[in-house]
Amino acid sequence: MHPESFRYTKEHEWVLVEGDTGTIGITDHAQQELGDIVYVDLPKVGAHVERGKSLGSVESVKAVSDIYAPVSGEITATNQALADKPETLNSDPHGAGWLVKIRLSTPAEAAGLLTAADYQAYIGAEK
Amino acid sequence: MITKVRPHLSQNEALLVERSSPGKRAYQLPELDVPPVEAAEALGAENVRAEIEGFPEVSEVEAIRHFTRLSTWNYAIDYGMYPLGSCTMKYNPRINELVARIEGLAWAHPYQPEALSQGSMEVMARLETALAEIAGMDAVTLQPAAGAHGELTGILLIRALLEKRGNPRRKILIPDSAHGTNPASAAIAGYAVENVKSCAKGVLDLGALEATVNQDVAALMVTNPNTLGVFEENIIRAADILHAKGAMLYMDGANMNALVGIARPGDFGVDVLHLNLHKTFSTPHGGGGPGAGPVAVRKPFEPFLPVPRLRRAGKKWTFDYKRKHSIGRVRAYYGNFGVLVRALAYILAHGGPGLRNATVDAVLNAVYIRKKLEPYFDLPYPSPNMHEVVFSDERQAKRGVRTGDIAKRLIDYGFHPYTVSFPLIVHGALMIEPTETESKLELDQFIEAMISIAREAEENPEIFKGAPYGTRTSRVDEVAAARKPVLRWKPA
Amino acid sequence: MRYLPKSDSERRAMLEACGIESPEELFAHLPREARLERPLDLAPGISEYEIVDFFRQRAAENANGYASFLGAGAYRHYRPVLVDTVVSRGEFLTAYTPYQAEISQGTLTHIFEFQTMMCQLTGMDVANASMYDGSTAVPEAAMMAARTTGRGRVLAARSVHPEYREVLATYARYQGMPLDDFGYAADAGAIDLEDLDRKLDDPTAAVIIQSPNFFGIVEPVKAAAEIAHRRGALLIVVFTEAVSLGILEPPVDADIVAGELQSFAISPSYGGPYAGVIATKEKFLRQMPGRLVGQTTDSRGNRAFCLTLSTREQHIRREKATSNICTNQALIALMATVFMTVYGKRGLRELAEQNLAKAHYLAGKLKPRFCGRFFNEFVVRVEGRSPDEANRALLKKKIMGGLPLWRFYPELGDSMLLCATEMSRRADMDAVAEVLA
Repeated sequence: MHPESFRYTKEHEWVLVEGDTGTIGITDHAQQELGDIVYVDLPKVGAHVERGKSLGSVESVKAVSDIYAPVSGEITATNQALADKPETLNSDPHGAGWLVKIRLSTPAEAAGLLTAADYQAYIGAEK
Repeated sequence: MITKVRPHLSQNEALLVERSSPGKRAYQLPELDVPPVEAAEALGAENVRAEIEGFPEVSEVEAIRHFTRLSTWNYAIDYGMYPLGSCTMKYNPRINELVARIEGLAWAHPYQPEALSQGSMEVMARLETALAEIAGMDAVTLQPAAGAHGELTGILLIRALLEKRGNPRRKILIPDSAHGTNPASAAIAGYAVENVKSCAKGVLDLGALEATVNQDVAALMVTNPNTLGVFEENIIRAADILHAKGAMLYMDGANMNALVGIARPGDFGVDVLHLNLHKTFSTPHGGGGPGAGPVAVRKPFEPFLPVPRLRRAGKKWTFDYKRKHSIGRVRAYYGNFGVLVRALAYILAHGGPGLRNATVDAVLNAVYIRKKLEPYFDLPYPSPNMHEVVFSDERQAKRGVRTGDIAKRLIDYGFHPYTVSFPLIVHGALMIEPTETESKLELDQFIEAMISIAREAEENPEIFKGAPYGTRTSRVDEVAAARKPVLRWKPA
Repeated sequence: MRYLPKSDSERRAMLEACGIESPEELFAHLPREARLERPLDLAPGISEYEIVDFFRQRAAENANGYASFLGAGAYRHYRPVLVDTVVSRGEFLTAYTPYQAEISQGTLTHIFEFQTMMCQLTGMDVANASMYDGSTAVPEAAMMAARTTGRGRVLAARSVHPEYREVLATYARYQGMPLDDFGYAADAGAIDLEDLDRKLDDPTAAVIIQSPNFFGIVEPVKAAAEIAHRRGALLIVVFTEAVSLGILEPPVDADIVAGELQSFAISPSYGGPYAGVIATKEKFLRQMPGRLVGQTTDSRGNRAFCLTLSTREQHIRREKATSNICTNQALIALMATVFMTVYGKRGLRELAEQNLAKAHYLAGKLKPRFCGRFFNEFVVRVEGRSPDEANRALLKKKIMGGLPLWRFYPELGDSMLLCATEMSRRADMDAVAEVLA
């Protein structure tokens, strides 16, 4: 189940926008495809990320996947708990498994993202 | 029916450090024939270490038992076939071990006078000549320590030549079916990597290539036969396309076992290639190395080869250091000499006709396996295969059984798995290369095992999840190993 | 042919099963122009005795029965018998890379032990399963430092093995990695700390020194670390003589250690195969190249080992990998592991002490050119004739003298680098002293 309040990308990231701040993560669909996650590589606080560019990566035992920024902005916080327990990304990808918090530089970008219904349809079609 | 193996007694063996006891020793040094020296006085007290904390202390008996017991937990070529695709796990002739240890060769110091190194140099010269003949090329360097090292060297040679011609260019084209070392080596050589898709037949798509090659492209890296075991039928045309635009053709020689004595890269348009002595030329894998990755080149590349080069000076060999166009050194000294000795011994044992016969047997074995397993496993690319064959797990996947599961179950039948999930262009790949040193009996037992496993996938798919069952160690938790890496022993 | 286990009748049966008449049909699909239409121009295969004979003749054309005082990165140490006994076991010799953990615990366990002992010896937190050799471990360490710091430049001491620096230069050139060197003090033979400080700047990712250095001199590792760290650069310490770690304080102030293990029962074998290693602090783990073996459990709860953190490597990360290395030197590392086992904690110390004693005995009869502290190698100025002439005189006594330094250090053209180990005999050292003094 992908929350209505989130917006989504075709690369399987989600972002929860609240005014000009956002929380970014990867979707439940993504964590299922990746399998057991062993490591998360996150940017530093203060780093600037650009929409569509890689902001870090997620690793399973046999694969690495880039995480692409759904919106541009400055990283204000990263989820340090994932360093110790990367498995949280598997068990709670939409909640405790959040990756970074961001201050949006171009809030208008969020409008171009997929709604939950769009995203659900997209992954349905992918199969 | 599992016919090849049955379980047996297996010793439990702790780590060395856990069997260690203060005061035990496995060595004895002779008495000093010179006065002892006070370490603190000679080195300065601040430079002298305390004892090596945690280092083991065991007797000779415990040492030999430790390693012997450990060895019984390994599969090896000496036990049976490794059907690993593109690894060419052929028999490691024991005569090679003997000759590499002959004192005059084994104790030769790389800096001993040339006049007293003519034997080593002759060995290297003979191997260079033999490999050049086999590859159909003009010159060979024996410096690179492994295949990936050879790839890097080869790409650097291409770069050097193109630089001399005015423009080193920016990109290297690599097929989507390529081994991971290819793009990694290209990146270290300072090139950007661009993927080239294979066509529906699984070989190079000439149209796509033609469209992609331009003045920015330095080279195309191919493996021939490719990682599907299929000969690149368009390779000469591909070479023409590249050369017309001033680009080069690099060949990864990992699959040379299909070509020795049958076709030579130098004859089908290759400019630079590397060979894997630990694959095609039988030098032992030793659990992960050493290997050697000699690079063979066409004449235009000769001036750029790593320094020093072997040269004839009258009746003797000498090393030539005055090579101003050389790319430099890619390692200290001259190469993995001990590995070179083994490869030359292999070539001498087979000889010209023998090497060709080995290739014929290698291909026959793989084609035989293909014929026998085709009714049971999906064959994604129907082109004729050479020394290896690639199936997919599509049929078995319908029952929830994937290539990794099949591989683990194969262990219960007494075989090492084939190469799993590679090449990436086949979904759920099973990549099988028997090599020429497998008997019909071993092949038939392998085929029998795979057919039985295909049947199990139909009738009993649940059995795969916990495989292997017959081994001392069952499936390991790779996730925990990666999440919380423990990479050394530590005292409690 | 004895390596081809098929009889002609078996071949015929297999061809038949494939619906093929003759073996030539197997290659019929190859384009004509690609085919080799003649036999390979190589002599026919020969028997075992002929092969042995060939290599015995080659061996006879090399030095035999000479005492040797050559070091310079390849050392003459006794090889315990157990080493070849262990590595000759088919289960180690003919095994593949341990990707399938369930049937490779032998290899995985000895590599884990190797990694452990490397950490204990070098004072680092983690060590990899080996690199090709010491010389290639250096550029790998440099690239690791560049990745870690995000900086590009590397400063290497001139007292690092010259061939190692050449290899570093080859890799650096194509990485767009500016490479400079700094000098050594003419009196001590150790790094010139002031020259280092002067040349160090903010874009520097790493400072590379070797200890004991190429001249055999023990370097001031701590001082070099302070200077490097003050500028945010990492310190890479290289070693070529592993036996020195039996007695010398390990380079705990280093960020990365890159070493050569040839001294640990690896035959000099005209320059290879050897085995390198990279060891580092915990925090740099994910930037480290090379295979790593980790501890875990199997499904029954037993301790087991497996290759891990593979996402750093080429088969997964491809062009973004920490290195392109695939095959490493597992069997060679096993030789080193058996060596370390045979000598053990006490033995490595005693071995190092013997090396120290032998070299200092020889040095006592000559006059070392440098006043710095040395382990088992030292530089000597040859009086009255060239080092090559001195060596010719020694050869007549069946002794190979030290390495004349002119080819690497023109300013030391009148000198040679001598090495004495536990295998050096007093009588031979006396003969060397006689000729050189």
